[in-house]
Amino acid sequence: MALVEIRDVYKSFQRDTQRIDVFTGLTIDMEAGSFTALMGPSGSGKSTLLNLIAGLDKPTSGVVRVAGAEVSAMSPGELAAWRARNIGFVFQSFNLLPVLTAYQNVELPLLLTHLSGKERVERVRIALDVVGLGDRGDHYPRQLSGGQEQRTAIARAIVADPTVILLDEPTGQLDAKSSQEVLTLLQRLNKEFNKTIVIVTHDAHAAERAKMTLHLEKGDLVEKRAAVSGAAR
Amino acid sequence: MIPLVYNARSMMQRPVSTTFTAVGIALVVAVFIGMLALGQGLRAALARTGSDRNALVLRKGADSELASGIGRDAARVLAASPHVATGTDGRPLLSPEVYVLVPLPRPNNPTAVANVVVRGVSDQAWSVRSNIQLVAGNRPTSGRMEICVGRKLLGRFEHLDIGASLHFAGRDWTVVCHFSAAGSAFESEIWAENEQVMPLFRGEVFQSITFRLKDAGAFDDAKRALEADPQLGVDVHRESDFYAKQVGILGIMLSVLAFGVTGIMAVGAIFGAVNTMYAAVAARTPEIAVLLTVGFRPRQVLLSFLAECLLIATVGAVLGALLALPVNGIVTSTTNWTSFSEIAFSFRVTPLLLLLGIAFGVVMGVVGGFFPAWRASRLRVIQALR
Ligand SMILES: Nc1ncnc2c1ncn2[C@@H]1O[C@H](COP(=O)(O)OP(=O)(O)O)[C@@H](O)[C@H]1O
Ligand SMILES: [Mg+2]
Repeated sequence: MALVEIRDVYKSFQRDTQRIDVFTGLTIDMEAGSFTALMGPSGSGKSTLLNLIAGLDKPTSGVVRVAGAEVSAMSPGELAAWRARNIGFVFQSFNLLPVLTAYQNVELPLLLTHLSGKERVERVRIALDVVGLGDRGDHYPRQLSGGQEQRTAIARAIVADPTVILLDEPTGQLDAKSSQEVLTLLQRLNKEFNKTIVIVTHDAHAAERAKMTLHLEKGDLVEKRAAVSGAAR
Repeated sequence: MIPLVYNARSMMQRPVSTTFTAVGIALVVAVFIGMLALGQGLRAALARTGSDRNALVLRKGADSELASGIGRDAARVLAASPHVATGTDGRPLLSPEVYVLVPLPRPNNPTAVANVVVRGVSDQAWSVRSNIQLVAGNRPTSGRMEICVGRKLLGRFEHLDIGASLHFAGRDWTVVCHFSAAGSAFESEIWAENEQVMPLFRGEVFQSITFRLKDAGAFDDAKRALEADPQLGVDVHRESDFYAKQVGILGIMLSVLAFGVTGIMAVGAIFGAVNTMYAAVAARTPEIAVLLTVGFRPRQVLLSFLAECLLIATVGAVLGALLALPVNGIVTSTTNWTSFSEIAFSFRVTPLLLLLGIAFGVVMGVVGGFFPAWRASRLRVIQALR
C-alpha cells in the first residue's frame, strides 16, 4: 500500500457560470520515503493536488488516502488535528508570522501536541540545526534572507515529524544559490531522515533532485519518470 | 492554543489604531464609572442621613417634611410617650423641628438662587442625631439668631464663615458653627433653634418630630401605638427608611442616564473595535492561512482574534477605571426632588464600581471582537492563498 493514494479523483471549481474541471479521474501513488517533483504548466492543477493531499481542499469525487487515513472523508475539525500530526506544508512565500521569531514560528506545530516545554525546546533546536539556522532562532522573519525564511518554513514543516512534507514552489522566489541550498536540504531530509517529500516546481534542475518526477498537463498525469541523477547526487 | 504573544505583538504593529480603540473604550468606561459613582454618592448620602434608631414623625398623609405640620400639643404628647428614649439628663431624646426652604443667591451668579434647607431644631437634636459633629465654633445659643452651617454648603454660598452674618427671612443671622454629619444630607442644611425659626415662617407649627427609639427593635410597636392615636394624627417613619426612599426617582434617573449615555457611547466604541479588528483580520489573511495550514482549528483562530480584541479592551477598561478614580470624593449637588431642596454629595467610586466598569469594557471587547474573529475563523485556506 502506497503512503499517498490518489484514487480516481475528480475536482472541479465553479467560477461564475463556468465550470473548471481540474482533475477527471486522476490516480497516483506515492511511496513512503519517496521524493516526488510535480511539474507542469501553470494551471495544470499542481497546487490543487497538494491541497487535496493536505486536506486543505476536498475532491469533487474520488478518494485521497494518506498513510491509510481517508483524508477526503474527514470533517474540518478532524482535518485540522490530522494535519497537525501528518502534514508539513511550505508555500512559495509568506510562510512565517512576521511578529514571531524564527524559533516561535518553528514551535507553532508543537503547540498542538502534548509535548512538554523542555521537549519542545529540544525539537525546535534540532529542526533549526537541521536546516542550518541553529543560531538564528531569535531572528524575526524580516531579519532573515529569502532563503533563510524558506529554510525556517521547512524547519517548521519537519518539527512535528509529519508523515508527508508538501512544498508548493518553495524556491519560486529565491535566487539560484538559495534555491540550491533549499533543494540540497530537501534531498538530505529525504535521504538521511527518510522523509516523504512532494515538491511542486517549474524548474527542471530542481526536479532533477527528486527521485521521481510527475508531469501534469491539464489535470492529467502525462509522464512519470524516475530520475537517475537525483539519487546519485 | 495560538500563543498570546502573537496577538500582543500584532497589536503593537498597528499602534495608532490599537491606541484609538483602547482610548475609546477607556472613555466609555470612565464615564460609566463616573455616572454610577454619582448615583452611588447620592444613595450613600441619603442612606447615611437617617438612623435606624430614630423615628421621624410627620402629619398623617404627608410624604415629606415640607408638606407636614404638627402642633405643639401633639409634640408634648409625643415627648411623654414611653417609646421615646431618655438622655443621661433624664429628658426625652426628641427634637420637634421646623423645616423651611430658603433661597440663597449663588455666589458666581446673584440672579440664580438655590433652595437651602433651614432646619429649626431643639437642643436635643444634637444628641438625637448621633452623626452630627461640630467642626468649628460652638452651638447656637438658645434665644439668639444664630445658625450652624453644614460643611457641604461651605464654599458654595457666601457669608457662611464663622462670625459672618447671613441674611434670610428678613433677618440677619450670625454664623456660629460648622458641622459635619458623616457625609449625609444634613451637611447641606443650615440649623438654627426651632423657636427662632418658627415665628418667621408658618406660625405655631412644627414640620416634623424626630426622636430616639427607646428600643430600636420595637419600631413597629411604637409606630402602631402612635399612629393609632387619633389626637396625634401622625405617621411614623423609621428615619433611615424615610431618607433612603428619597433616592427614588432621582436615583432611577441617574441610573437611566448612566446606562443611556454610556450605552450610546459604547456603541461608538464598539464600532471602533469592530473596525480595527476587521482591518486586522483583512491584513492578516495570509497569517490566518498559515495558522490553519499548520493545524490550528478555526475555533482556535476565533479565540485568538477574540483574545486580541479583549486584550485591547482590557487595557482600555483599566485605563478608563484609572481615569475615573480621581472623581472619587468630588462634591457635586442636585435638587432633591422629594424635598425640593438642594443636596450636596460626593462622587463615590467604590471597588465594585471599578470592577463593573472594567467588566463593561471587557464586554465591549467581546462584542466588538466577535464578528471579525468569526470571519477570521471562517477563512478557507485555498481562498486565502489565491
Ligand atoms: N479556489 C479556486 N476557485 C476557482 N478556480 C480555481 C481555484 N483553485 C484553482 N482553480 C483553477 O484550477 C486550475 C488549477 O489550478 P492550480 O492547481 O492552482 O494550478 P497550478 O498550481 O498547477 O498552477 C486553474 O485553472 C485555476 O484557475
Ligand atoms: Mg500553483
